[in-house]
Amino acid sequence: MAFPPQHELHKRRFSRNLGLGLTLAAFVALVFALTVVKVTRGEMTPTPMAPAAMAPAEQPAATGDAP
Amino acid sequence: MSDIGAYQGATQTPHEAGFGDYVELLKPRVMSLVVFTALVGLLVAPVGLHPVEAFAAILFIALGGGASGALNMWWDADIDAVMKRTARRPIPSGRIPAGEALALGLALSGFSVVMLGLATNMAAAGLLAFTIFFYAVVYSIWLKRSTPQNIVIGGAAGAFPPMIGWAAATGSVSLEAVLMFALIFMWTPPHFWALALFMKEDYHAAGVPMLTVTHGRKATRRHILVYTILLAPFALGAALTGIGGPLALAVAVGLNLWFLVGALRIWRRDEAMAVADNYAAEKSFFRFSLLYLFLHFAAFLVEALLKPYGLGGW
Repeated sequence: MAFPPQHELHKRRFSRNLGLGLTLAAFVALVFALTVVKVTRGEMTPTPMAPAAMAPAEQPAATGDAP
Repeated sequence: MSDIGAYQGATQTPHEAGFGDYVELLKPRVMSLVVFTALVGLLVAPVGLHPVEAFAAILFIALGGGASGALNMWWDADIDAVMKRTARRPIPSGRIPAGEALALGLALSGFSVVMLGLATNMAAAGLLAFTIFFYAVVYSIWLKRSTPQNIVIGGAAGAFPPMIGWAAATGSVSLEAVLMFALIFMWTPPHFWALALFMKEDYHAAGVPMLTVTHGRKATRRHILVYTILLAPFALGAALTGIGGPLALAVAVGLNLWFLVGALRIWRRDEAMAVADNYAAEKSFFRFSLLYLFLHFAAFLVEALLKPYGLGGW
């Protein structure tokens, strides 16, 4: 059985799908590259809590043990 | 529509948009100006960005510009259909439904602003959001059809990209960024009014209150001269700041003198003279205005590129 010739509409649809696919692939690559840059520079590391900020939370427990 | 079965036997099949039609909706020619000026704004800034971040910043600024272009085409589809220059755009020519243009414009607006914020900083993202709002709502929806000063105020939208590029690198806005903004802002009116002088039938047919339609052509010629005179101090001022240097100053002096000569020629002519030579002076002024802006920003870029070798800048 012979396939019917490809309609022009299919060609336009293919061009749209291909364009969108390539755009999405490029976006994924860009987000990956951006993540690598930011992680390498340490921008994504959570900021450690300052000792001064932790101290008041520990103090009541210490004093609570005292007679 | 999932297949072509419904159209078989019909004399004409409806147009199904290709990828290029959606790209055209983003006004790629305007995007090229946005990319160039934003890139210069980013590269002349005193703080450097990682190349990947810089690339992402320019891409998302361009996408934001494209989004506002799609929103503009959605709103202006009725007048685009009337004007010869714009009748073949995707919506008036029937290649893309208006609703799809609106959806694409809104989606890309949100996407570009969020991504620019994540890639660089919130100041740049905020400026991009404001630019899209300004072009789509303040210019396209509000001013364009209501005042002959539409081009003057609307020009701000096209002037923001170098400022956004600068903000992407530095996280703030300074005098240099404001002067780059002012350079494009003051350049826009003479550029578009020269176009309106030789494309008069288009704007008249669409009912857009361009200065040529509301105040006449003589007043438009006078306005071109006044704005060209007002533009010069901003161009020279920018060349005297940290982004300028001897080369940028020489370029600014030369370009502004030449631009002024062109504006004077336009001011001295009347309609009969213009018709006689098919608007030669107006067309030449319009073409030169494109070169004017390109060379100004190219000079800032050259100054920045020469700095590491101890040659550029003051």
